[in-house]
Amino acid sequence: MKKQLASDYLIYDEASGIYKEDAEQAVRDDVEKHQWLNVVGIIARDWRLYIMLVPMLLVFLFWRYFPMYELLGCFKVQDEVKTVANQFYLGFSNFKLLLSGSTTLSMDFWRAMRNTFLLSFYGLCFGFPMPIIVALFFNEIRSNIARSVYQVLTYLPKFMSTVVMTTLVTMLVKQGSLTTSMGILSQLFVKLGLISAEVGNAGLLNAPNFFRAIYQISGIWEGAGYDSIVFFAAIIAISPTSYEAAQIDGAGKMAQMRYVVLPSILSTIVIMLISRIGSLLNVGYEKVLLLYNQNTYVTADVVSTFAQRYAFDGGLKGLASAAEMMNNVVGMLLVISANTIARKASNVSLY
Amino acid sequence: MKRKLEISELIFKIISYLFLTVFAISCLYPFVYAISASMSGRSAVEYSQVVLFPKETQFEAFKVMFSDNLFWNAYSNTLFLTFYGTLWALGVALLGAYALSKKRLLFRKGFNFFLVFTMWFSAGIVPQYLNYLNTQKVFNAVGIMDDKWLVVIAMGMAAMNIILLRNAFEGVPSEIEEAAIVDGATEFQILSKVYIPMCKSTIATVALFFGISRWNGYYWARQMISNPSERPLQVFIRLKLEEYQDPEQMAGWNKSYASDSIIYALIVCSVIPILVIYPFIQKYFAKGVNMGGVKE
Repeated sequence: MKKQLASDYLIYDEASGIYKEDAEQAVRDDVEKHQWLNVVGIIARDWRLYIMLVPMLLVFLFWRYFPMYELLGCFKVQDEVKTVANQFYLGFSNFKLLLSGSTTLSMDFWRAMRNTFLLSFYGLCFGFPMPIIVALFFNEIRSNIARSVYQVLTYLPKFMSTVVMTTLVTMLVKQGSLTTSMGILSQLFVKLGLISAEVGNAGLLNAPNFFRAIYQISGIWEGAGYDSIVFFAAIIAISPTSYEAAQIDGAGKMAQMRYVVLPSILSTIVIMLISRIGSLLNVGYEKVLLLYNQNTYVTADVVSTFAQRYAFDGGLKGLASAAEMMNNVVGMLLVISANTIARKASNVSLY
Repeated sequence: MKRKLEISELIFKIISYLFLTVFAISCLYPFVYAISASMSGRSAVEYSQVVLFPKETQFEAFKVMFSDNLFWNAYSNTLFLTFYGTLWALGVALLGAYALSKKRLLFRKGFNFFLVFTMWFSAGIVPQYLNYLNTQKVFNAVGIMDDKWLVVIAMGMAAMNIILLRNAFEGVPSEIEEAAIVDGATEFQILSKVYIPMCKSTIATVALFFGISRWNGYYWARQMISNPSERPLQVFIRLKLEEYQDPEQMAGWNKSYASDSIIYALIVCSVIPILVIYPFIQKYFAKGVNMGGVKE
């Protein structure tokens, strides 16, 4: 009896009439008691490994997570002197102001939301299939040298900076005047009958109707070659015997595409599609910023550019933060749901 | 039956060649045009007589640009940002990715989530800007007045690149590491003597991603660097373009070359270094895309 009182780990076994040690309980209690000591011990033993983590964690903390804290300014009264922590709590009035739909500001915000969504959506519709098509075409070229030449040339625009790309676009579709003619690309479009001479002379980038087209086409021009690499890698991994089998069964080119190529690259397509949907609301603000102007706000202004214009030119930082908050929360929900759906549907997931 | 098959394949082949040829030409042509336009005479450029080759050849635009001190400043600033920015980002990423690749790391899932979450949710431009302003104050208080260092240290880290490195490190067989431990190697030695040599090509790819994004970096450099002589090339090009688009500034243009030529010359100068190293780095880029699968 004395022994039982001294220790909690002994249990009386009725059948045999002796005390037995409860080993599992002993271990569990031991872990509980020394858990935090253990953590310290493990870290101390491996301290070099944890030291290696520190710079990365600090970089992400300071310049990825602190901005998120700064984002809380959208719930606060804007104050140039106080930090976010000390500003007065305002509640959701910034959001109400943006969403109300009656003021100019709110209408601008809704326009920006709509443009953000449309630019991404068109990117998904036109920009996404292009690399797949290009990859299929690459696959048709049997000569390695010829294919390398094509690949090197079509990857090229991806290496240009956004600034160089937009500068080139701006110059190629620039406006004409009495003493100078319009950009050479505009001239080509006028000759092909795609645009009228007046529009070309006024500058294609000043025409709201053409902004989305310019944005998408320049995006495809920039990325279609380079983005095809992934799909091309998936296509060349298909065994030649699959094609042969299909040919023996009498499959033409389209049937081969449908029954051999497409199923083989489907998982790659799904993965790329998820990541694309995930960044649906992450429109490349830099490109928009470099291409748009006052004349094209109607179709070009996206949430990021809206926010930075109102914050830096208008001084409304709280409102701008609120706009970005909404955009980014919706964006995050899209990533998570796209990923979940894909995981359930096809066992392919990105994160 | 057999013949019909060949026809459908032939048609597809012809379409492929046709499409790719047009696409490849459209990718190359703007750069050729930029080179020609930067070297053509004023009337040839202004009346769009330049189509492929330079007309009324002049080199004034290049000469004027090369004599501009701000241009050389911008170039050296870009080299500075690219070199130190890549070094810093790669160093941080290598150490972090190595630690994350170890299964025995405590809270490994938590640290991974810490990274991946930044890919899902970003605060946005305005909060980031406000945060950089705070950083700038701290830097200035410590005595670093040079905004270039702010751009080097605070910007350009990408979670995606760290995950690429982590996946590569995870692929190294653990037996090799165990052998090194038996030989008495410390973590740093294992990283530098075993992991880095074994993952050379992935590291080269990631370094390239960092380098290119630094070379091309524009927005934050423009926002955070106020001193004109500290601006990188991309900002310099953009400011020149804005200057050129301003009709008031261009009203009294009376040079022997068109104002466009200056812009084209700038484009050519900023693209040439990339074109020179492009053939050597292209294969790493192709590799990097295929490594892009993220898993946890």
